[in-house]
Amino acid sequence: MQKSITGKVYVLGDNVDTDQIIPAQYLTFNPAVPEEYRMFGKYALSSVPPAQAGLPKGHVPFHTDDEFVSPYKIIVAGRNFGCGSSREHAPIALDAAGIEAVIAEFYARIFFRNSVNGGYLVPFESMDRLCEKICTGDELKIDVAGSKLHNLTTGEEWRLKPLGEVAPIIEAGGVFQYARKVGMLKE
Amino acid sequence: MPSMTLTEKILARASHRKAVQPGDNIWIDVDVLMTHDVCGPGTIGVFKQHFGHDAKVWDREKVVIIPDHYIFTADKMANRNVDILRHFAAEQNIKYFYDVGTPRYKGVCHIALPEEGHTRPGEVLFGTDSHTCTAGSFGEFATGIGNTDAGFILGTGKLWVKVPETMRFVFHGQLPPYLMAKDLILAVIGDIGCDGATYRAMEFDGDAVYALNVEERMTLCNMVIEAGGKNGVIAPDQVTLDYVKARNAGQKPFTPVFSDKDARFSFEKVYDVAKLEPVVAQPHSPDNRAFVSQIRGTKLDRAYIGSCTGGKLTDFRAAAQILKDKTVRIDTFVVPATSEIMAGLKQERINGQTLEEVFLSAGAKLGQPSCAACLGGPSDTFGRLNGPLSCISTTNRNFPGRMGHKEARVYLASPLTVAASAITGVITDPRDHL
Repeated sequence: MQKSITGKVYVLGDNVDTDQIIPAQYLTFNPAVPEEYRMFGKYALSSVPPAQAGLPKGHVPFHTDDEFVSPYKIIVAGRNFGCGSSREHAPIALDAAGIEAVIAEFYARIFFRNSVNGGYLVPFESMDRLCEKICTGDELKIDVAGSKLHNLTTGEEWRLKPLGEVAPIIEAGGVFQYARKVGMLKE
Repeated sequence: MPSMTLTEKILARASHRKAVQPGDNIWIDVDVLMTHDVCGPGTIGVFKQHFGHDAKVWDREKVVIIPDHYIFTADKMANRNVDILRHFAAEQNIKYFYDVGTPRYKGVCHIALPEEGHTRPGEVLFGTDSHTCTAGSFGEFATGIGNTDAGFILGTGKLWVKVPETMRFVFHGQLPPYLMAKDLILAVIGDIGCDGATYRAMEFDGDAVYALNVEERMTLCNMVIEAGGKNGVIAPDQVTLDYVKARNAGQKPFTPVFSDKDARFSFEKVYDVAKLEPVVAQPHSPDNRAFVSQIRGTKLDRAYIGSCTGGKLTDFRAAAQILKDKTVRIDTFVVPATSEIMAGLKQERINGQTLEEVFLSAGAKLGQPSCAACLGGPSDTFGRLNGPLSCISTTNRNFPGRMGHKEARVYLASPLTVAASAITGVITDPRDHL
């Protein structure tokens, strides 16, 4: 696992559900095929209502229509991020778009599991309501081991919740790698 | 032995432990893994990547494959995904594969599972779909997972889970004829919010729950995910056992379990169902509750009756009661969840007319068994909202873009409320039409 994650942040609100993250019409792509995996990046966050896209102002596109990768590396959001469907295409879409970490107040369970077990991104939980304190476009640095977030644009610093019991799976890179490590799966 | 809830008991047994408690991380044995055309191809990809191209699934009789999402579409990629399932089922000699275009084709997986005898009390069911929680209505642990977890199970038959706390919802009293299970679960979600049960189990109990038939109990458990719940569960009674025993695939033995009398619940709420009212979830969240009486008269463009939540025979029976000898004023789409329900529409009669005839003579359009427009899907999907329309629907989600268009407005309600609204073109209280 990386020691730190640095990059520009894209800010979203509460209850960003899997239909907003990757609309169902794009689920016909098969993530097991690399050329199709890329397509999820292109359509990531394409159903977020414009007023809620890129807070606090809104109406900030995650990427332009013909781009597969977004200029943002980190997402900050409010409560219940990733609610709705069990589609693993949701963390896959964010990963394909170049997102390395999400920082939300808390997650819907299946999105959290998929992110961790698939090793797509690191789902951090914040202590504060950061989606009202951080602006889209700010440069952030996450100190992974220290569970701290630095806003390099404003100089502010926030504490994040420790990754806790899922840290070993994230460190291993996913549930398969973790299961091999603990002897659940043979090498 | 410490006292346990039903969910804790199932997880204890599946992990070969005497007892578990909320917060424990455990590896459990899986009884059934279900996948479908949207998540199956990715799951198969994960399985092959990690276990090898020639690997065999852990148990060909415990993997159930039910294509249901994007079936009646010209979309080449969607059809390709069904081909991937077909090829995998043949290669692995999967016993329970309900292929498109064959007499075995079923439709919506969550209804097909119990109809085909894959739900049994006391078991562990995982599925690559969030509404897998529906099967908790048969007294089992059932929840949705992603491709990676499902790929892991395909190879090992096991998965790690965190034991959830259990919340308890008790419904007492006699359900009035204008209310359905859909109103009860929308009331609960409105009360606790769409994150109110995150990481928790939701157990339903009370005489009003046990007065419901099997399909209505499924509706109750189907939408626990809309409150963030990990699983929903109803302890089995004679009604459950009669249903399961009549259908049990392979006549597998099973052992029902029940919550101990002094089991610890993290939350409890008691409802008197006689005091509840018809409920609608307004755009754009299932917890955005209003009573029908508060928003009656809201203009609509379309009505939709279908899905794992609201496309069962009980749902159509209720809708037909209102649509009989009436004409719909807005486009109304009727989609049976499964082929068995489709057959039921052609057999069951009200005053001499079949349910199908009731719907067609009212001017509704009848679609083929599948998930159809519940989750939008390819642009040629039956009933899909391709414009910024207002739709009242018996489905389970109304997040932005869920049924197709990003600016469409979706109201979730019971089949009674949807049918009453279809004949007036505005949100209508079913009490006015019963």
